[in-house]
Amino acid sequence: MEFKAHQPIYLQIYLHICEMILNGKYKIGDKILSVREMAIEVGVNPNTVMRSYELLQNKNIIVNKRGIGFNVTEDAKEIILEEQKKQFLEEELPEIVKKLKMFGISIEEIEKLIRN
Amino acid sequence: MITLKNLDFSYKRTAVFKNISLEFKEGNVYGLLGENGVGKTTLLKLICGLQFPNAGICKVDEFIPQERNPYFLQNIFYLPEEVITENTTPENFINKLGVFYPCYDYSYFLNLMKELEVDHTKKFDAMSYGQKKKSLLACALSLRTDYLLLDEPTNGLDIPSKALFRKVILQHSIDVNNSTDAINRINRTDAINRVPTIIISTHQVKDVENLIDPIVILDHDEVLLNATFEEISSKLYFDYGSEKSDDALYTEMIPGGYINVLPNKFEMESKVNVEALFNAVRNNKKKIKEIFEN
Repeated sequence: MEFKAHQPIYLQIYLHICEMILNGKYKIGDKILSVREMAIEVGVNPNTVMRSYELLQNKNIIVNKRGIGFNVTEDAKEIILEEQKKQFLEEELPEIVKKLKMFGISIEEIEKLIRN
Repeated sequence: MITLKNLDFSYKRTAVFKNISLEFKEGNVYGLLGENGVGKTTLLKLICGLQFPNAGICKVDEFIPQERNPYFLQNIFYLPEEVITENTTPENFINKLGVFYPCYDYSYFLNLMKELEVDHTKKFDAMSYGQKKKSLLACALSLRTDYLLLDEPTNGLDIPSKALFRKVILQHSIDVNNSTDAINRINRTDAINRVPTIIISTHQVKDVENLIDPIVILDHDEVLLNATFEEISSKLYFDYGSEKSDDALYTEMIPGGYINVLPNKFEMESKVNVEALFNAVRNNKKKIKEIFEN
């Protein structure tokens, strides 16, 4: 896995798993890689992967079944979408609005672009 | 666990350690960093009983390395930076050495040699420096000791070999010793599920950045830092931006801007950059101690 320079690695692994759930590589109830398998797969210390999995668990995206492993929860997709939507509205959209203002692009122009 | 307490050490009149205390907890891959000559190699030698402290305590589990108890020695391996090899093949070498180590695993050795892409029947004398280093790494890992001390293990390795190095160390650090064969031989049930403790001393931070956790930064008479990545990122903030920050403990120019290392006042998340961390610690010894003691 190629890591970005500025984002904590445990967050990058967290987002990587979210992405796999969103694009359907992992479905409801699927067992995801164990901490050890994931550590070898992406080439990082297992402590780091453990942090990613803890975050996924806290958000109820995966659930730890004792002795079996980590499984994708029923609500995983909705939880991820909800979170990413919130992030888009709060963090990315203001940036986009700033640029629209800077370039003097009107709402009508945007609408036209989206429709096409 | 490895415990050093109020330890003094000197080579004749040159003092190396004055009253240092440090702990290495079981099952971790430690990165041991420090400037040239602060005593990283000496520390490893003290832990495996090749050097004796002048004062203070050095303990590995219940053993005192200085006593060189055979039960201690069969469970620790130190791989020096400079490799000295006999005119023999890795296979002959490890089979001779392996008799002293009850968990030694020949088939694991063969796998490692294959993974590291070295011929186990080729004589050391006919090998390049990098091939020798990889062979000896395979030998060291195949002994399956609970404690493994690696001194500058990536020096002299080419780029693909460094990636292979990371892979085998990671696998080794995760895979518990489940060779039942070896466990029966030493008749020790606690060997099951025991994960090795590895200490890697290095200057090549980039080679091992994602592999090591915790990080220990050593200085002449003190331990500047002994912390996990989680602790580091909660105490320090690594700001990647276009400007130099006035509050920064350390600032470095990187392609596309600056990296600023700041005290993490607002509990923000950032990616730890080990090189910048090292320099920040080096330039602010006192301040860093204060930050991490709180």
